[in-house]
This record gives sequence, structure tokens and C-alpha cells, in this order.
Amino acid sequence: MKKENTLLVGLAMTAAITVVTYAILVAPGFLTDSGMNMTEGVTNSSKAVYDLHMIILWICIVIGILVFAAMFTSIFLHRKSRGAVAAKFTHSTKAEIIWTTIPILILVVMAVPSTITLIELEDNSNPDIIIKITGYQWKWKYDYIDEDISFYSSLKADSNAARLTGANIDPTTVDNYLLDVDNRIVIPIGKKIGFLITADDVIHSWWVPALGWKQDAVPGFINQAWTRVNEVGVYRGQCAELCGRGHGFMPIVLEAKSEEDYAAWLVEQKSALTVTQAETQRIWSKTELMAKGEAVYEQQCAGCHQTDGQGLAPAFPAMAGNPVTNGSISKHIDIVMNGSEGTAMQAFSKTLTDAEIAAALTYTRNAFGNQTGDLIQPATIAKHNNG
Amino acid sequence: MADQQVDPQTERKAVQRKANRRTLRRLILISIGMFGFGFAMWPLYEIFCDVTGFGGRGVQEVAADDIQHYQDQREITMRFDATVNSGLNWQFEAVDSAKTVQLGKLSVASYTSINISDEPVIGHAVFNVAPPEASLYFVKTECFCFTEQLLLAGEKKDMPVTYYISPDLPDDIESITLSYTFFKNIPATLAYNNAAKKEISNQPNPNNITTNDTRARGE
Amino acid sequence: MTTITHEDHHDHKPQGFLNRWVFSTNHKDIGTLYLVFALLMFFIGGAMAMIIRAELFMPGMQLVQPEFFNQMTTVHALVMVFGAVMPAFVGFANWMIPLMIGAPDMALPRMNNWSFWILPFAFTMLVSTLFMDGGAPAGGWTLYPPLVLQTGDSFIFAMFAIHMLGISSIMGAINVIATILNMRAPGMTLLRMPLFVWTWLITAFLLIAVMPVLAGAVTMLITDRFFLTSFFNAAGGGDPVLFQHIFWFFGHPEVYIMILPAFGIISEIIPTFARKPLFGYTSMVYATVSIAFLSFIVWAHHMFTVGMPLGAEIYFMLATMMISIPTGVKVFNWIATMWRGSMTFETPMLFALGFVVLFTIGGFSGLMLAIVPADFQYHDTYFVVAHFHYVLVTGSVFALMAGTYYWLPKWTGHMYNERLGKWHFWLSVVFVNVLFFPQHYLGLAGMPRRIPDYSPQFADFNMLSSIGGFAFGLTQLMFVYIVWKCARGGETATAQVWEGAKGLEWTVPSPAPFHTFETPPKIDDSVVAHGNHM
Repeated sequence: MKKENTLLVGLAMTAAITVVTYAILVAPGFLTDSGMNMTEGVTNSSKAVYDLHMIILWICIVIGILVFAAMFTSIFLHRKSRGAVAAKFTHSTKAEIIWTTIPILILVVMAVPSTITLIELEDNSNPDIIIKITGYQWKWKYDYIDEDISFYSSLKADSNAARLTGANIDPTTVDNYLLDVDNRIVIPIGKKIGFLITADDVIHSWWVPALGWKQDAVPGFINQAWTRVNEVGVYRGQCAELCGRGHGFMPIVLEAKSEEDYAAWLVEQKSALTVTQAETQRIWSKTELMAKGEAVYEQQCAGCHQTDGQGLAPAFPAMAGNPVTNGSISKHIDIVMNGSEGTAMQAFSKTLTDAEIAAALTYTRNAFGNQTGDLIQPATIAKHNNG
Repeated sequence: MADQQVDPQTERKAVQRKANRRTLRRLILISIGMFGFGFAMWPLYEIFCDVTGFGGRGVQEVAADDIQHYQDQREITMRFDATVNSGLNWQFEAVDSAKTVQLGKLSVASYTSINISDEPVIGHAVFNVAPPEASLYFVKTECFCFTEQLLLAGEKKDMPVTYYISPDLPDDIESITLSYTFFKNIPATLAYNNAAKKEISNQPNPNNITTNDTRARGE
Repeated sequence: MTTITHEDHHDHKPQGFLNRWVFSTNHKDIGTLYLVFALLMFFIGGAMAMIIRAELFMPGMQLVQPEFFNQMTTVHALVMVFGAVMPAFVGFANWMIPLMIGAPDMALPRMNNWSFWILPFAFTMLVSTLFMDGGAPAGGWTLYPPLVLQTGDSFIFAMFAIHMLGISSIMGAINVIATILNMRAPGMTLLRMPLFVWTWLITAFLLIAVMPVLAGAVTMLITDRFFLTSFFNAAGGGDPVLFQHIFWFFGHPEVYIMILPAFGIISEIIPTFARKPLFGYTSMVYATVSIAFLSFIVWAHHMFTVGMPLGAEIYFMLATMMISIPTGVKVFNWIATMWRGSMTFETPMLFALGFVVLFTIGGFSGLMLAIVPADFQYHDTYFVVAHFHYVLVTGSVFALMAGTYYWLPKWTGHMYNERLGKWHFWLSVVFVNVLFFPQHYLGLAGMPRRIPDYSPQFADFNMLSSIGGFAFGLTQLMFVYIVWKCARGGETATAQVWEGAKGLEWTVPSPAPFHTFETPPKIDDSVVAHGNHM
């Protein structure tokens, strides 16, 4: 085989493999827009992570093209069917030194920016706002440490209804299917937000891709992370560590607001807190409970048990004539508050207020033809909660 | 083959058999050793964590009169975090969520806990420090951690932690979070309540015992 | 034992199924048992993968409950790792190592029998957990506490099954080491051994070193669950992350346990079909040793997101990146072996070439995963799923396919159907990429792994991946057919089988007689395998 020949075929192979790589990786826009590539995100560190990802990816692509071109050149030229006669060489110290040294140099080139980015990412000092994140099976809790605001965030009811096996609800008709929650975590833009991350039961992992990192939530341990979001917007993520049967169903929605909007949100949250407390303490009339109950039922329960209370056999029992809705109040409270093991019925004690639970219970016990006449006050729920 | 003694084949096989036995013995010993090593990773990990601060528990504990330290003008932010495991029906809070402390100066972090359930419960706190490296410079002289804490129904207790931050703290650490998580010590609680019940059960009331037992185990 | 292994009549096999197979101490029969068992497990694990891909075909939960989905991912992984890939390599070791080093049998034939027959019991127990109250373990094959401690009644059965698998692997490894160290024919020096034997020797040492560590971790899980210890229980002062350290101290070498023998098989096949000695034999041996060594000091790269000090993250990142150097040396050596060879492309060679390309792609994504800041995004996403399936399916499994086609004529005495073999390769290589390549994109776009349902934005690539999965799964039925046909008959194979084949195993007739090398063969350069020119 002549030298020029090898070179020519080598170049042709390089070109061919480059075209294939281009067709698979670049042309469909995977690597050029954020459609099917890592997101650039909305923080300086997420952009740094994205840049790092792209640098390494391109290094790998270039090495890959060269290595595979060499291999396919050989496959093309050095085949028996073309009359190739096998050479006898078994080693070449020079070649071996070259292909050990060059990768070492490439690794050094990769290690430097990686280490710099890593040091930036791990700089948890001096946050402006601290939010504690606690993972539960299967929801998140957010505590704004300096603001006395604390709430749970779980999968939104419409997604939760559609995600049940055999639910027959087309997921594409649900807004942000599996990526929407009842209560969003809200942060102001431009501020350094420090996160303290832990878990209550098993290990979870808090991940919003737009922020550029994920961090495990380990029971009994506190982990730190931080972010400073540059753009107003809603950013969605999911739990990233297998945490049991609801692992795929505990999304994260983070809303970054302007500083003024954030301040307004804080005020709103605090007044809502006062309202909730007042709601729990006062005595409600039946009309009030039924009206609120209908609204709560429509939002939280109707997805499975249906607006007409007839349920959807076999997974979702009818509320009408149900032994629970017509039987012992304390058992009914218990199921709604704590869920029912082995069924789709989730626990609402931490996601709904006492008044909402009381109203929904009262409503289901006095609607769809159920006529228990029971009136359940929020205070009863509060008592159950603390007993 | 009659002439076995001189057959090199047979001799070779005997040598091999011996060698195989020896290899087997050695490798079994190595396996057992590595099984032990799996367990040894537990204490090794503790030592490793103490040395490197891994896990945020490399905290030193010294007796109050043993303190030898100097003070430094540098100040950092200490944050105090309190978590209650959902299995424990207590309220547990840090009195201050954050405080500025001077390095080397003895300070007190105050936590309070209230048992809001209707029976005595024994709790058990674990702590860690974030960032983990900082735990190496966190020295506590008095703490409620890792010891059983009994709270009667409705009882409130102050739980102070006396500590200082070593002035050797690296400059790049500007804030430290001290975090405690309270768990229910289920066996201890059960034992305590059973013992308490035995005293009552001098006037036997089997129903009462059953109910309380169930509740204690229900956690 | 002695009466059987020292049987003088060469082809005198024990009569009756029980004597021949159940009480077998013959390395070839035990090798066959291992291979058949591994193939069965490959299809059981594969069926679970089909359920997973069927559920993920479209957004929404159509077929199974989420908890069952989690059981599938968990048991699929355990079956594939411990039931298919590892036993298959042990099967190759049993069949080929004695033939390659001129030994009459494995060193410890009775232990060989035990180590195989533990497996069916262990896997019956493991698979039976699917039918127990609360189902099979669903916390992932990594068995992370506290989640794994929430497993129902099946917990203790699954843990016990893992203990049995561990014992079986350790016994298999001891046997391999004893065979290689003590049973080589005179003149078969260590540096004349075929590379497959070398990679298995190192793999066996890895097994001895880490399987007991897994057993320790599993034992601690058992005592945490039943005896109130608190190794991993934060409430009692333990640390769930400690388990991850112990597990990955086992788990990372375990990854190499599944790939080093594959390197060995590929290093046998490429020189044969390039008709040229292996390039850089000695550097291949050193590269294998350094990969094995590095595998012990990089474990925490599986857990960058648990919250480690900065220094530890930097260390584990750099150490992990270093692995790409010896691995690169191997790939370069394979290509240099092909360079200026005289290549033909029979099925074993096709699978070997597929291995080199696709394993290298898996290596690239591995290098990307080593970069800690980027790993904060990649970790626990489909990018990782794509990575380890490239390494394990187009890596280990392709090498197993390549090795099967390569040695099948020696085992059965017949040539397999080359045309079907080529079809099997081309269909596999196309569909395996349709199956796993889109998963890179899914991961980068933000799809976490181990979720039974996903947002519609991920729908297209999941459907593509599922189609690839079903097609790849069906294609593997061809493999069974080809092997079955070849065992039953076909063109008679010569002793040499392949024109370029070199090594002791090709000096015995095909099919290899029941007893071989009762008298040690004479070793000279003409029978020493590729590239060993001492």
C-alpha cells in the first residue's frame, strides 16, 4: 500500500465520519439550541457548566473523529479482499509514548477549567436569603428561614390525576404534565440565594436544570448550595434520586421574580398565614363549608373521584354512598389526612389547610346524595393533626 | 500404570494439588479479610470524616475547662438550623436563626424543644456542620447531641450548645451553618412508657396498656 | 473427584443427565452450564427491560404501577449484572482458560461445581421476590438506604440472594486464580499467556477484593433492618452516605469486573482476523493492571452530589480522568493491531469492531461524567443511563457475542451460519444505537433516570428509544436460534477454525474433547497466542 493512498483514504474517512457526526449531533439542532442539549440555564454558574460541557463534548468529538477515521481507514485499506498482506510489527515505543502523552495533555487542559468552575459552584458564602429545602416522600418543603414562611410543594392535582395507571387522561392535555406543583418556591432575581438541603425519610435530590446543579437531600444531614438567577421566569425540575414509588411525581417549580414582586409575594404569604390561622380558629356555618368544600373538591379530588362523585372504577371509588364518606368521621379524617396505603389516595394533611380539609370532608359527606348531615369544623382537623 | 512413583506426570499433579490448596487457603483468607474490611470502613470512615470534615461532623468536643484558644478580630455569620423528623411530634427551633460571632470567642447557641404530643417521648439529636470543612474548626464544649432527651407530654426544654470557632478557620469560609435534626428514639420511648405503665398497672387495667402500647408502636 | 478428572479415556463423558451436568466437575461442561444460565438470565432481564421500555413508550402510565416499575428497574439491573454478564464471563473463563494455558481442568473442580450450582438457587430466590407481599426490592440495584430498608417481606430474601451470588463469584474467582497460577503447562510463562487469561486473572483479584466488601455492606443493611444497629441510620447516629461509599468501593471495581474480560476477548479476536500479532502486548497487560488499580481509588465519582468537601471532589475528578489514559492505550493498541493487517470480517470480528467504536463512545461519555461541575447536571439522568448501557451492552455484551461466535465452532465442532450471524450483528448494532443513543439527549434535556412517567417534552425520543429496544430485544432471539442450530449441526469445523487464529485452544480438535491436555502440551512460539514474543 502506498503512503499517499493511505493519507487520501484517511482524509476521506475523516470527512465521512465528520459528516455522520454532524448528521447525528449538530444538524438536528441538538447541540446548537437548547432543545435537546443541556440547558444554558439562567445563572452565571449554569452558563459556566454549560460551557464546560460543550468544551469537553467538542474535545471528545474531535478525538472520536480522529480515532475512528484511523480505524476505518485501516478497515478499508488493510483488508484481505483488497490483497493486503499483514505486516509483522508488534510494538512501537514512539507511537505508544505519543498516544500516552497527548491524552495526558488533553486531560490537563480539561481539568483546569473544570476545577475553576467547581470552586465557583462550591462558594456558598454570604447568601442574601436562606431557604431550607426538605425532601419528603413525595413532596418538598420550603422554609424561608428569616421570613417565617414555610410551605409544602407537591405535584399539581391535574397532573396527579392524569398520571395514575389506567387514568385514561391524555397527558398532553395537562398543562406542564408532571412538572407543575401546587405551591412554587419563589425567589428574587439578582440575589444570592443560599439553600440548606435535607430530607425527612429517604434520600432525595433537588434539581432544577436551569440553575446548573443538583444536590442530594440526605436525612440527618444538611447540604449547601446556592444560586443567583439573572432572569425573571418559571423554572422546572424534578427529584433526581430514586425515592420510592412517587419518585417521578415530586417536581420542583421555581419562580424567579423581580425584587418588588418578591417583596409583594412575601407580604401575600404572610397575610395568607394569618388568614389560615384565623380560618382554623373560627366556627364555620354549613353554607360556608359546603361552598368552600365544593371548590376544594373540584380542585383536589374531582380529578380521580370525578365532579359527580361517581369515581372511576376500579381505581377511584365513588364518593356517593361510599362507606367512608358515610361512616365514622374520624376514619374519614384519617384517610384524607394520611392517605390510604397501597392505593392512589394521597395524604393531604400537609398540603391542604385545616379549613380546606374540613370543608372538603363536610362537602363529600353532604353531596352526591350522601346525607350524613355532619358538619366538620377546621378546629376538629387541627386537633386531629396535633393529637 | 504400575510405576507411579517415578511417573513425572503424577508427581506434577501432586505438586499442583498442593499448590492449589495453598492458593485456595490464601485467597479464602483474603476474602475473609476483605469482608472484615467492609466493616472496618465504618470506623475508618468516622476517622476519615474527623480528619477531613467529610459529612460535616469533624467537630471537636472538649471539656469546658480544657479550652485553650485565642481570640481573633475576624467575625463570621453563624446560622442555626433545626429539623424535626416527621416521626417525632415535637417542636424544635433555634432561638436565633443567625448570629455574628467572633472567632475564638465562646458563644452559646440556644435551641428549644416542646413535646406537643400527649405522652412522654425520648428524642435523639444528630448534628452536622455545613460547609463540611468548617466542622474541623467548630469546637463545642457542651451539647445535647447524641444523648437521649426525655420530654414529658407538653414539656418545654431549652437546649444550649456552647461552642467557639477556631481562629484557624480558612479565610474563604464566611458563614457556617450548624444543623440539628431530632429523631424519635423509638425503642427508648417504648421502654420508658412500658416501665411507666408497669408502675400504674399495680391497679391492673389491661385495656389501658393495650391502647398505649399500640400508640407507642404506631410510630 | 480424582476418578473423574483423571479419567484416562479422552472422550468418556459421565452417563446420564444427573452425572453429566448436576455433578459435573468438568470445566467444559461447567462452562456450558454457566453460558446457558447466563443466556437465560439475559432474556429474563431483557424481558424486564421490555416492560420498562413499554411503559416509557408514551407519556402517562399505561401498563404498570410505579412501584412495579421500580421493581423492574431494580431487578433488571441485578439480573443483568449478577445473572447475565458476570456468569457469562465465568463461563468463558471455565471453557477457555484451561484450553489457553494447557491445563487439563480448573484447579478446584468440585468448588467449580458448587460455585455454579449456587446461582440457580440464588436467582430463583431473587426472582421469586417479585411475587412476595410488597414486591421485589424497588430501591435500585445500588440498594441505597434508607430507601432499601422500606422493602417489604422480600428484603431478607433479596439480601440473602446477593450473599449467595457473592459467595459464588468469590469461589469462581479463587478457582480462576488457582488455575492460572498453578496449572499452566510448562513453558507457558505469565507473559506468554493470552490476554484473555491476563484480564481474567486481574478480574479475579478484583472479585476477591470487592465481593466480600459488598457482602459486608449487605450484612450491615440486614443488621440495620432487623437488629437495630445504626450503621446507615441517621436517627441512631449513622450515616446513609457511608453505605454509598462502601457500595461504590465495591461498585466501581465491579464495573471493571464486567469489562476487563471483555477487553481480553476483543484482544484475542482482533489479531485473529487482522492476521497480525496483537500490538503492544506488554502495554496491554500494564494498562489492564493500572485500570484495575485505579478502580479502587475513584469510587466517589458515583456520588458527587451527596455533598462532599471541595478537595474530595477535585481529587475524585482528577483520579477518574486518569482512567481514560490506560483505556485509551487499549483502544489505540487495537487500532494499531488492525493497521496494515490483512483483515476479514466474520461475525466475531464485526462484533469486536462494533465493540471498539461503541465502547469508545461510552468511554467518552464516561470522561464527561468525571467532570464534577458537568456531573452536577448529568448525574442521575438518562445521560448516565445511556453511558453505562453503551459500556455494558455495546461493551460487555457485544464482547460476549463476539467471543461466542469466535469460540462456538471450537465448542460445538460446527460452523455457525455466517449469513445469519452477520444479520444478527447488523440488526443489533443499528437497533442498540436507536435504543441508547437518544437517551443521551433525554438526559441532557433534563429527564431523570428511574422515573416511570415523564413530561411530554421527552416523548419523541422515548418512543424512538423504545422502538429500538423492542427491535434489539427481538434481534437477540436470532442469537439463540443461531447458537442452537450450530450446536445441533452444520459445516464441520477444523481444529484451527479461523485462518489467523493462534493459541493453544486451536491445537485441540473441534469440538474440543471432553478431556484435553491430560499431558501438558509443548509450548513454543508457534502455539503461543498473538503478540507474545518473549
